Amino acid sequence: MAVKSNHVTIKGIKDGLVFLLDDECNFEKLLDELRYKLEHSHQNILTGPIIHVDLKLGTRHISEEQKQEMLDILKQKGNLLIRSVEIPEDPEAAVKDSGITIMSGMVRSGQVLHHEGDLMFLGDVNPGGCITCSGDIYILGALRGMAHAGVSGNVEAIIAASHFAPTQLRIAEQISRPPDEWETRETSMEFAYLQDNAMQIDKITNIVRLRRDFNVFKGV
Amino acid sequence: MGEAIVVTSGKGGVGKTTTSANIGTALALLGKKVCLVDTDIGLRNLDVVMGLENRIIYDLCDVAEGRCRLNQALVKDKRFDELYMLPAAQTKDKNAISPEQVRDIILELKKEYEYVIIDCPAGIEQGFKNAIAGADKAIVVTTPENAAVRDADRVIGLLEGASIQSPKLILNRIRPNMVKSGDMLDLEDVLQVLNIDLIGIVPDDEYVIKAANSGEPTVMNPDSKAAIAYRNIARRILGDTVPLMHLDQKKGMFTRFKKIFGIG
Repeated sequence: MAVKSNHVTIKGIKDGLVFLLDDECNFEKLLDELRYKLEHSHQNILTGPIIHVDLKLGTRHISEEQKQEMLDILKQKGNLLIRSVEIPEDPEAAVKDSGITIMSGMVRSGQVLHHEGDLMFLGDVNPGGCITCSGDIYILGALRGMAHAGVSGNVEAIIAASHFAPTQLRIAEQISRPPDEWETRETSMEFAYLQDNAMQIDKITNIVRLRRDFNVFKGV
Repeated sequence: MGEAIVVTSGKGGVGKTTTSANIGTALALLGKKVCLVDTDIGLRNLDVVMGLENRIIYDLCDVAEGRCRLNQALVKDKRFDELYMLPAAQTKDKNAISPEQVRDIILELKKEYEYVIIDCPAGIEQGFKNAIAGADKAIVVTTPENAAVRDADRVIGLLEGASIQSPKLILNRIRPNMVKSGDMLDLEDVLQVLNIDLIGIVPDDEYVIKAANSGEPTVMNPDSKAAIAYRNIARRILGDTVPLMHLDQKKGMFTRFKKIFGIG
């Protein structure tokens, strides 16, 4: 088997070898070439004393199985000690933090809806029901139950609902029961946020005072 | 193949057994072949409300454990030929039977009867799981109280989780005067929270208590408002379109005259 293309580059550094793996070609091709280089063309360097190996994948995203497959090939050579594998962050994990997820349904008494990130919920949250979220919570519907935003400690998180009548609100570590004045408010969409560790409620139109970046009209 | 309907509520004392007995009797009154099943093992009441307590020989547990045939355990009603009841055991508890056993029994009953009405115990534990096991549809009973509505909401969530889709709601024991004065939740408040289809409203009626004590289902007395309400619900189960009844107190002759002449 002759592999002419050069998807696998092996470089020597002070205390070992760096494998630079091309991030544009087919993954199978890459493995074939890796196998070929280890078994045939570069045998002379790869036999002998224990060598530390760093793997660099560029911008290629690989799954756990693919990674294992690759490591298995390298492990065939007893003297190669894999020191590090450089893989870029999982793109899905990055998306989770930004962007907003939309869910719909009805959270009834005894049901808990948990979400990592920001959540837009279309439907009602009934008394005894609960929404927990690591980011912001926006409810298009009635909030009559409990909502907990910023569960992992994000004090910047907010809770907004079309009909704002919660049994309890929590943001990060702060817990608040609705004081009586909440219920007599006019029926406009409202949101809750933390200011100096105290729960504040305001009309949704005032959200830009808190979140400057939400404002679409900057300047004239 | 008949249809099995479970009557449930979560909270106790809102009128599950009364509703089961009256819907069952009302369906029989409309000429349907009906079997009532009491799944409240250990705290059976349906037989008392139906006035059939002294006719029980075998019960649900006897059938489940094969001590008797299903037909031997069925108690025939004293008023209707096509109305039967399968009583619960009184000496055991909810764990004496499994949901699979109930499912098999209900399946057997559905072959014979057009409607199988299952009276569910209060709570959401084993007894509730047994009761809903064989059901095709569900009726959720609640009263216009926050606690009852809260429990009904919980039960609706569990029913949906058990894939009994679109349960129907009965709002029981409404007191029109209290609703009018704003001291009682009104229908709109309840529907807004529960967000399911309404199948009937039943006014609070003292006659219901009297009827239950004498072992005569309320629906047998057409003078009672609650009886009319239950008959309407039975007709809606059969698919008829029946408007909701007006719960306002009957006005006296004099005020009606005044209204006619436009001076009221």
